Amino acid sequence: MIPPLLSVEGVSRRFGGLAAVSEVSLSVGPGEIVGLIGPNGAGKSTLFNLIAGAIPVSAGTIRFEGEDITGLSAPDRCRRGIARTFQVVKSFDSMSVLDNVVVGALVRHPHASRARLKAAEVLDFAGLAGRAAAPAGDLTPPEKRRLEVARALATEPKLLLLDEVMTGLTPAEAQKGVELVRRVRETGVTVLMVEHVMEIVMPLVDRAFVLHLGRELAHGKPADVARDPGVVAAYLGDRRRAA
Amino acid sequence: MAVHALPRDLAETTAAYDRRRRNELLFFGAVVLALAALPLAVRDVYAQNVIVLTLMYAALSQSWNILGGYCGQISLGHALYFGIGAYTTSLLYTKAGILPWFGMLAGGLLAAALALALGYQLFRLAGHYFSIATIVIAEAGLLLVHNWDWAGAATGIQWPYVPDSWATFQFGRDKLPYIYFALGLFVVTWLVTFLIEGSRWGYWWRAVKDNADAAQSLGVMIFKSKMAAAAVSAFFTAVGGSFYAAFVSYIDPESVMAFQFSLLMALPAVLGGIGTLWGPALGAAILIPMTEVTRSYLGGSGRGIDLIVYGALIMVVALARPQGLVSLFTRRPAPKV
Repeated sequence: MIPPLLSVEGVSRRFGGLAAVSEVSLSVGPGEIVGLIGPNGAGKSTLFNLIAGAIPVSAGTIRFEGEDITGLSAPDRCRRGIARTFQVVKSFDSMSVLDNVVVGALVRHPHASRARLKAAEVLDFAGLAGRAAAPAGDLTPPEKRRLEVARALATEPKLLLLDEVMTGLTPAEAQKGVELVRRVRETGVTVLMVEHVMEIVMPLVDRAFVLHLGRELAHGKPADVARDPGVVAAYLGDRRRAA
Repeated sequence: MAVHALPRDLAETTAAYDRRRRNELLFFGAVVLALAALPLAVRDVYAQNVIVLTLMYAALSQSWNILGGYCGQISLGHALYFGIGAYTTSLLYTKAGILPWFGMLAGGLLAAALALALGYQLFRLAGHYFSIATIVIAEAGLLLVHNWDWAGAATGIQWPYVPDSWATFQFGRDKLPYIYFALGLFVVTWLVTFLIEGSRWGYWWRAVKDNADAAQSLGVMIFKSKMAAAAVSAFFTAVGGSFYAAFVSYIDPESVMAFQFSLLMALPAVLGGIGTLWGPALGAAILIPMTEVTRSYLGGSGRGIDLIVYGALIMVVALARPQGLVSLFTRRPAPKV
């Protein structure tokens, strides 16, 4: 069996008395697209921040390519090959679109001129080449999402963490987003994505992992997970009632 | 429907960047040549004095801009580094006979070292707390020098009268050497900023300023970036202080370390355009002559009026052009590649 690229082992994170994530274990194999789903407040974003190194774990171990990275800082994890996007878009608004992506490319290419070429290449891949010279602050919301993905891809990651990149997009835009994620996987990058919109995640991912109240509720093939009674009650059931 | 960009466009994207950089450098060359010719046309000693101060503040504000404008760490205590430059040079010269040129280097290095030591503590503070801490530390430095007898305490240090010489950098009446040195200082700080802007540090610093969380996720070393910016900024600020001491040949704590100097380094950058190559120079070219003119018109009666005028000007700019006056000259949307 191929060893997993990422394995999260019994990870917990408490904020004061609140256990945002409790003893969660999951693994992501090389080349997979794994969806991390769950209702609001399930702890998805916290788990993401723990994997990316934005906040420290309270307990547990995170391994990347078999090595313990629990104690590494976010920039160090980026160098190892973990890149992420943010749920709330965090572009560098005083810089051009190209310059935003150059910041990511500098991780692998310390010479700025080489990093600029790499950034132009990634912008083209992400379909933003035409906007290279625009100030990042002038982009439309869907373009900003693409910029986030492009910036993360410029770090040449092995694992890409996508935090609700489809949220707030029209169905047509979301479809383009899905295509982009597929093309990312074709380049050999493993994807772990948090997504709210089930209709988008389920056809896209190889496996789904459901989080509820900070704990694992179910995991497996998307179709099986969607039929899981616990999941239906906790997540889909709520949605039906709400609708 | 977006058509897929061709590789030719990729080359065009980076070529546009190279063109813009080259044009910026050519424009800078033209401005420097014009400035070098200026004192040959303006012979009036008072006006030449204003030119020296304007160029000096352009250089100082550019140094401040490296930390405040590019890296986003707003220091209101740069008078400390200015004072360190002025005092190191003056003390080494008057006590040990070491020429100001070496004092300038020593002062710069000392200020950079202190910036690193302070940054090690201060960069744990966020935003406004950092700015407040820089004010407090600069004021503490001022008080220390005030009570330091060996360094002249409140009376300050008078440089000895010597014949005009480049070695001691003392010229009794001739302002030209000071003008050209101040111009040189401006050229160096501008070029350093220009080079940094196109390098990894420049990208890192702007990323730290715009969004530290995102920067960190992209492998940017936040703390290291701030430390590097602080050291470079302090070094050139102290060199400016050394120059000022040699220029006026007499310093006391209030005349080189008062809070006002910290403001005078930050304001031109804010007025002209914070985090831009030309902002500090443009801001200094407006503010400094204006200060000198209001001062000489009002004489002793209008102390502080120049500061009121500053305040008004900054308010107008903040309301009408928050990106600074430089943004008036860039086409909209800014063609920054």
